Amino acid sequence: MSNRRDFLKATAAVGGVAAASSFASAFAGGGDTIKVGLVGCGGRGMGAVKDILNAEEKINGSAGKVEIVAVADVFKNKSENAVKTFTNEKSKDYGRFTKNVKLTPDTTFSGLDAYQKLLATDVNLVILATPPGFRPYHLEAAVKSGKNIFCEKPVAVDATGARKCYELVEESKKKNIAIVAGTQRRHQKGYIETLKQVRDGAIGDILSARCSWNGNEPWFHKRPEGMADSTYQLYNWYHYLWLCGDHIVEQHVHNLDVINWAMGGPPVRAVGFGGRAVRHPGAPKDAGQIWDHFAVEYEYKNGVRLSSYCRHLPGDDDVSETLYGSKGTCYTRDGYYEINKKPSGSDNISAYVQEHIDLLNSIRAGAPLNELKNVTDSTFTAIFGRNACYGCKTLNWEDALASSEDTMPKDYALDKPLDATRAPVPGTWKLPPRA
Amino acid sequence: MPLRNTFAVVLCAAVPLFAVATAPDEKSANKPADKAPETPKPAKLEPKKNFVEKTKGFKTVVDDPDSEPPKTHREDLKAQFEMVWVPGGEFTMGSPDAEVGREALEGPRHKVKVNGFWMAKVECGWDEYDTFWYDENYLKADDTAAKKFGPDAITRPTNAFVDATYGHVREGHPALCMTHHAAMMYCEWLRKKTGRAYRLPTEAEWEYAARAGKDDAYSFGTDPKGLGEYAWYKDNSATDAKPAGTTHKSGTKKPNAFGLYDMHGSVWEWTLDQYDEKAYEKGAKNPLSLRPVTVPTDEKWSHVVRGGSWADKADRCRSAARRVSDKSWMKWDPQEPQSIWWLTRMDVIGFRVVLAEEEQPELADLKPKVIKKSE
Repeated sequence: MSNRRDFLKATAAVGGVAAASSFASAFAGGGDTIKVGLVGCGGRGMGAVKDILNAEEKINGSAGKVEIVAVADVFKNKSENAVKTFTNEKSKDYGRFTKNVKLTPDTTFSGLDAYQKLLATDVNLVILATPPGFRPYHLEAAVKSGKNIFCEKPVAVDATGARKCYELVEESKKKNIAIVAGTQRRHQKGYIETLKQVRDGAIGDILSARCSWNGNEPWFHKRPEGMADSTYQLYNWYHYLWLCGDHIVEQHVHNLDVINWAMGGPPVRAVGFGGRAVRHPGAPKDAGQIWDHFAVEYEYKNGVRLSSYCRHLPGDDDVSETLYGSKGTCYTRDGYYEINKKPSGSDNISAYVQEHIDLLNSIRAGAPLNELKNVTDSTFTAIFGRNACYGCKTLNWEDALASSEDTMPKDYALDKPLDATRAPVPGTWKLPPRA
Repeated sequence: MPLRNTFAVVLCAAVPLFAVATAPDEKSANKPADKAPETPKPAKLEPKKNFVEKTKGFKTVVDDPDSEPPKTHREDLKAQFEMVWVPGGEFTMGSPDAEVGREALEGPRHKVKVNGFWMAKVECGWDEYDTFWYDENYLKADDTAAKKFGPDAITRPTNAFVDATYGHVREGHPALCMTHHAAMMYCEWLRKKTGRAYRLPTEAEWEYAARAGKDDAYSFGTDPKGLGEYAWYKDNSATDAKPAGTTHKSGTKKPNAFGLYDMHGSVWEWTLDQYDEKAYEKGAKNPLSLRPVTVPTDEKWSHVVRGGSWADKADRCRSAARRVSDKSWMKWDPQEPQSIWWLTRMDVIGFRVVLAEEEQPELADLKPKVIKKSE
């Protein structure tokens, strides 16, 4: 294997032996078991397993036929902890589902190729919840294997990854597999009700928009003594560009997705700026390299401008979206929705559960949901906004997407030294052109 | 100008630099970071008078992140709050069957006696909470070094994953959305900072303080029409910017007869007690219950909140109204295990602290007991 990328490609190709393109039709009767594998046993992946079990319970009650049959994580202790948690009969969250957990030592995988081993089992559906840098390659392998997919957002961290995701849209549709993404606002009752009213003209024509994810840093893990660079970057993944994509991509993608949803597609141009003002001091190998604030002006095809802000700085928080129309204003925030100063919707169940309900129902109905295009649009909206800021350039969508930008380290291995470049310096950073 | 200078002198709240310098070895694993200050000797309190408590936390000012090691100095983050004397006495706990809006868990009514105590004049605000949240003398709970600590060590909250204020104003407004554990840990931290035995009020103390000598539904009488003078609640908490209602600046309505503000409305307040559905029944068997409390355990759920919130109608803001915390309060947290510090989307929950004149033995040096685990 000459490098990590080739390794990923090669394993993806051989992994798809069990490809079952007619899989979905097996569920036309609605009775068959859906076997689930989890790739990435961190907080969100573990939470997603709980969500899909709860979703199935809401659909079919205690007769639910979703089974957790395999788990995979780079770190052995993580996958083993997942097994321990899912099989704990005393657990308030998982205890009542232990009959649905069919994990064995043979289906508990670890290592960088763990996802590949998991895809080679007879799972019907995979949950992809590793750090986003791996997502395009995991998606590719999962699509090639013909598995239904729940994948977390974002789905890429650079132009190369985003192009790969776009390539998979057609292929996944041809294979009739489901891909539901963790942009859960699209499954959230309050958001759906509110945006429907906007589409029906409640605020007239949309003239401009604003969205923000202004808050503090979610977490930072200091390097435990003796941990190798490459392992530390995984452990502290939020702070490394190739794994996280920077916080505009990792978190703000939610708000950008809502605006894209309202606008009916992604923007065409972006200009902006930002920097790393108060993030952890020290060498990038210990402190990471992502920025802590971005301000981007996006322009949509029809000329509508979106002011987009996100930051990890202490101060007044604001995670919300606003649409300004010719006849009024629509304001949304997770759990709170209003049009022209009047409540416009509400939530009843967790959107994290609802997205799995929609996923399972669509598979069984033989009409699998495929959200890969939308989530890739929103992911790349964030990426090209980020790159406009890094480079202090006005970027257009096509050029940004055509770039040969590729952040995945070559020859990645857990025990190898791995350098980390310093945070991008505005004005000197350049988006690599398409080779 | 070289680029590095553009980074000069910036606030860096999220860097536990001093925790780095003092990450404990195995031997000291059961106590907080070595440089955590000794608990100060508290200034003497004048008996039964109100007093102002001042606390200090720290934020770190980073002068030059590119220098090795980074040059830093500490800057005090100060907060203060006023404690109001509440004379002890007897009262009837719970509500009569005929009280409008009453729920079954408010009874049976029973006689209770509490000792004198001080109670914070207003609910804990963000300034005070921030001194704890950003006090870098203590490790963040998600730090690897913190994992080595015993369950009785002080750790401070992880950062909130989303907007911790949920769109409400920070300055002067009550801090909100923290779990019972987080409120308990704040008290524990405050004990270390001040040398005084601060804690959450027992349910009995809370209701006694809220009634302020009255036996009516509210501290001012029974007609909810008067509530707007004393409370921010559903009927008056809307603003132009927040038509569905919001928190308001603490202490801007009338106080009750004890001089306490916002006991009705604003945010529900955590009480100390672990919820016991038989507690009132047991109490009613005694002619007079002395300082009743159900000592909190390591169970994350359930505890009682009191007093109603900006989002509640008048009947939920009554002195006897109770609401029991439930696992469903965390249902919007998508992580596993779920946070032990932050509720998700429960932007109606806060707390205030008390200080007993003479601590009841079962509550002396009571520490938070919840530990992070998969349930």
